[in-house]
Amino acid sequence: MAIKNYEPNMVLATTEYEVVGTRPVRHDGTDKVTGRAQYGADFTSTGLIFGAVLRSPHAHARIRSIDVSKAEAQPGVLAAVTAKDFPRSDASPDEYVQLGELNTRLGYLRDNILASDKTLYKGQPVAAVAAANAHVAHEALALIEVDYEVLPSVLTAPDGMKDDAPILHDHLKTEELGELTDRVSNVAQHFQHVLGNLEEGLAEADVVIEREFDTATVHQGYIEPHNATAFWNKDGKVTIWCSTQGPFEVRDASAASLNLDIADIKLVPMEIGGGFGGKFEPYGAPVAAMLSKKTGHTVKIIMSRAEDLQGTGPTPGSNLRIKMGATRDGKITAAQAHLAFEAGAFPGSPVGAAAMTVFAAYDVPNVVIDGYDVVVNKPKSGAYRAPGATQAAFGVETVIDEIAEKLGHDPIELRLMNAAKEGTRRADGPINPKIGCVEVLEAMRDHPHYNAPLEGPNRGRGVAVGFWINGAGASACTIMVNPDGSLTLSEGSADIGGTRTSVAMQAAEVLGIPVEKINPQVVDTDSVGYTSGTGGSSVTFKAGWTAYEAANDIKRQMIDRASKIWEVEPDTLDLQAGEITSKVDSELRMSFAELAGQLNDTGGPVVGSCSLTPPAIGGAYAGSIVDVEVDPETGKVTVLRFTCVQDAGKAIHPSYVEGQMQGGSVQGIGWGLNEEYFMNEAGGMMNSSLLDYRMPVSLDVPMIDTVIVEVPSATHPYGARGVGEVNIVTPPAAIANGIYRAVNIRMEKLPMNPGAVVEAVWKNGG
Amino acid sequence: MKWIDYARTCSVQEAVDLLKEGNARPLAGGTDILVNLRVRRFDIDTLVDVKDIPELNEITCDPSEGLTLGAAVPCYSIYTNEAVCAAYPGLIDSASLIGGTQIQGRASIGGNLCNAAPSADAVPALIALGAVANVAGPGGTRQVAVEDFCTAPGQTVLEEGELLVSLHMPPPAKGSGAQYMRFIPRNEMDIAVAGAGVSVEIDNGTFKSARIALASVAPTPLFVREAGDSLVGQPVNEESVRAASAIARDAAKPITDMRGTKEYRMHLCEVLTRRGLNIAIERAKENK
Ligand SMILES: Cc1cc2nc3c(=O)[nH]c(=O)nc-3n(C[C@H](O)[C@H](O)[C@H](O)COP(=O)(O)OP(=O)(O)OC[C@H]3O[C@@H](n4cnc5c(N)ncnc54)[C@H](O)[C@@H]3O)c2cc1C
Repeated sequence: MAIKNYEPNMVLATTEYEVVGTRPVRHDGTDKVTGRAQYGADFTSTGLIFGAVLRSPHAHARIRSIDVSKAEAQPGVLAAVTAKDFPRSDASPDEYVQLGELNTRLGYLRDNILASDKTLYKGQPVAAVAAANAHVAHEALALIEVDYEVLPSVLTAPDGMKDDAPILHDHLKTEELGELTDRVSNVAQHFQHVLGNLEEGLAEADVVIEREFDTATVHQGYIEPHNATAFWNKDGKVTIWCSTQGPFEVRDASAASLNLDIADIKLVPMEIGGGFGGKFEPYGAPVAAMLSKKTGHTVKIIMSRAEDLQGTGPTPGSNLRIKMGATRDGKITAAQAHLAFEAGAFPGSPVGAAAMTVFAAYDVPNVVIDGYDVVVNKPKSGAYRAPGATQAAFGVETVIDEIAEKLGHDPIELRLMNAAKEGTRRADGPINPKIGCVEVLEAMRDHPHYNAPLEGPNRGRGVAVGFWINGAGASACTIMVNPDGSLTLSEGSADIGGTRTSVAMQAAEVLGIPVEKINPQVVDTDSVGYTSGTGGSSVTFKAGWTAYEAANDIKRQMIDRASKIWEVEPDTLDLQAGEITSKVDSELRMSFAELAGQLNDTGGPVVGSCSLTPPAIGGAYAGSIVDVEVDPETGKVTVLRFTCVQDAGKAIHPSYVEGQMQGGSVQGIGWGLNEEYFMNEAGGMMNSSLLDYRMPVSLDVPMIDTVIVEVPSATHPYGARGVGEVNIVTPPAAIANGIYRAVNIRMEKLPMNPGAVVEAVWKNGG
Repeated sequence: MKWIDYARTCSVQEAVDLLKEGNARPLAGGTDILVNLRVRRFDIDTLVDVKDIPELNEITCDPSEGLTLGAAVPCYSIYTNEAVCAAYPGLIDSASLIGGTQIQGRASIGGNLCNAAPSADAVPALIALGAVANVAGPGGTRQVAVEDFCTAPGQTVLEEGELLVSLHMPPPAKGSGAQYMRFIPRNEMDIAVAGAGVSVEIDNGTFKSARIALASVAPTPLFVREAGDSLVGQPVNEESVRAASAIARDAAKPITDMRGTKEYRMHLCEVLTRRGLNIAIERAKENK
């Protein structure tokens, strides 16, 4: 084994390009650093008024009545709305609506916007008012009278699955192994994946480890709270301004909940201050629209941090049982997972993705995975950066670490021995295309960090590796050639991590021009084709792909035009490095800009476009190496050193990939160490502020070093894979393994906060 | 947030006159009260700004008289004052860990005390240093020992119309040292799970006196007189320090909440008192 001389922020590039792989300044940078960028809360217009939302103080209650008359009578208040103002949700309880890739029950969608007959979590909206200013609106909420019949609540998946658990939805029948049963319960779904023969695999094993894990509900913690402004015009047309990861999803959900044609709604995306999966739901947009309809004014609703923590979609807590067996020489022969995830108030936890990822780093012949989607009295869970995978990896990577220890293998070598490769079948079905699991593990093994001595008491080094499927989805792009040869690019993907630039770079590469010649714009939903949301690490992959095709469309058209002007055959021409040249006549050459200037007089402007849904996605692996120091008296865990290794396929803009790797690592550290929804027995979140919901601050994390591994995906034009999410999967597990090495305790619960560590030390006799 | 009046006052009398009209509260740095008003922890009609009253801005450090610290002096003025830094390192521990740089530009020790949070980081240090509060009101002035000042979460001995003018700390004796330490899960921007303020006076390898106070483990900052008293006459060694720390632990009355369980917080009281005492002892050795 050779220790490689990896510099900080190493890029292990395998293919070089002109533009792709460089680090240009982002197009939206100036506006963002000077404060000119317009985020959701910055929106303003004449006649703007403000909405405020009354939320359920109970985790589970029947709404007997809501009386808004006193609030409406308050000076300054212009309107109030409840679920009754919306098309009724119980009119057709079985009606479903397709939102992006999700088929959602319309009743669930509407009840999460404004509760109709029941509230299912503390913080669920029940009514809203609009007033001349936000203070009047908030004060008026106290005047709304709601008569609740408080019901017993249930807060965790294991409790929700009990026979005598309070039932959230009277109509929710359990889907059991693909069949809808007659059983009304909180278990929306139980599914199972089977590969090989588990019992035989366990029988072959010399060591079998079985452990149970619990993880807490955690929030994405984006810096900008949810926001929505809406105007309902007298002609029935609605405009929504909000920051969202899914402009088209929120438009369509608003149309469905308001019973409007999609064409009646235009969503104007504002700059977005983070989402991490949490900004797909409509929340305030339909409410603001309804308040606008009643008042004739534009209505703006901004959530406070407490509302955002309690009333949006965190990623759920989970209960896992992981059992794995291996032979003495380190071959994993069997793996079993029981995954019970909290869906929150309505079905739809990320347990499906947890099941796809749980053993995906390994080639295991005999597997059984059981997944349970359980509704509980917490906010409807949303997506959060590799949803489900972090919880699953916490369990599996801890068990793998224990197997390595029991068998006396180096933890990375044991993983390498069993690593998934091209051709390995995952228990949920797919056979791996070209993947970079081995390459990531090798880079970890060879990294100076992994090989550096770790001295001092109570210090330990942990590692973990993880997988995320990544997503793709529909995307559309238009590129216009301007008369001076510059280009304007329109796309529909909200730009969260610098994707305007990484998308434009892929077009620039095709045309052989600097990316600064392209002005990429994220446009409203009336101005570009349907584009699925900024999630699943998809934008650089899918929107980059459409930009690549749109640029090729331009290339074809420009060559065509030049061939007409020169009266030669198009296939004798080429467009390279910003110049149109002839393959046969070296005299024939014209710059891209020169030709652009002639377009309008020689047949009309050139507009390249492409809309597509990528035929495949590029799943990705990442791993963490972490050094921790544990204070056994206070239980505090200090992260001394952290390295993130990730397969990017091809890093289109390496700085933005590194940013994702560092950001995901920090979020993973927070999830591992301190973040949690601390609930009281009645189902109330006790720590709904950023003081007590403890995300790491800058002093809590060291500089996160990165290594970008490049194993090109087989499908994408430049080999890119999604890079936004997989980096969050492994930090909690790696930290747990580091804590074990430091003080000899196995942490089986997240968060591993100081109190939990001390308790584990005590349990261990310390 | 509802409509409230704001009044800037320039003398103690002016402030007292406004405060006694009722439903008014003083505003010093505002780093507690503005937050509390926004979350409607209380409902008032008038904010009486006391930052411009000369007596509340005094900072006099005298080797024989001790320290008089105006109630509205912000933390940064304390830890940038060399005389105070040299004489009262235990107070500086608190002043330099409340909030971050921006907060320290405004937050006052007086406000920290009058806000009466169980977790207030300055109060255990004040108690350990034997600080006395100078109070002015419609009936004149009075002195209150800081350990008697807070009566419940958010409640103090101040009557309607009364104002904290300043805090007074005696001059540090030779061979004395003090320390404040809190435990927080993060490294910044956090609220104490538990805290311990200690002071010791050492003569010839023996404790002459000691005071120990705890944060975040009772409805008010908690003065544990018996823990300090247990050290008096004892030799300075690990055993006596451990014994006093155990007394502090047993005196703590924490609750289990989102910041920690009762058992964990009591345990932390022992750890923090012990670690604090050891630092205070080192400081005392340097303070000849
Ligand atoms: C981001 C942030 C971080 C913080 N971190 C910490 C921390 O680490 N540790 C900590 O202990 N606190 C912390 N705090 C709380 C706060 O900053 C401190 O308690 C601070 O010392 C309060 O002082 P102030 O001058 O701002 O008080 P103010 O907010 O002005 O007043 C606080 C209370 O005291 C009353 N009051 C003020 N002056 C007088 C007077 N002269 N007489 C009578 N009553 C008076 C007010 O009416 C009010 O009720 C933090 C606050 C914020 C916003």
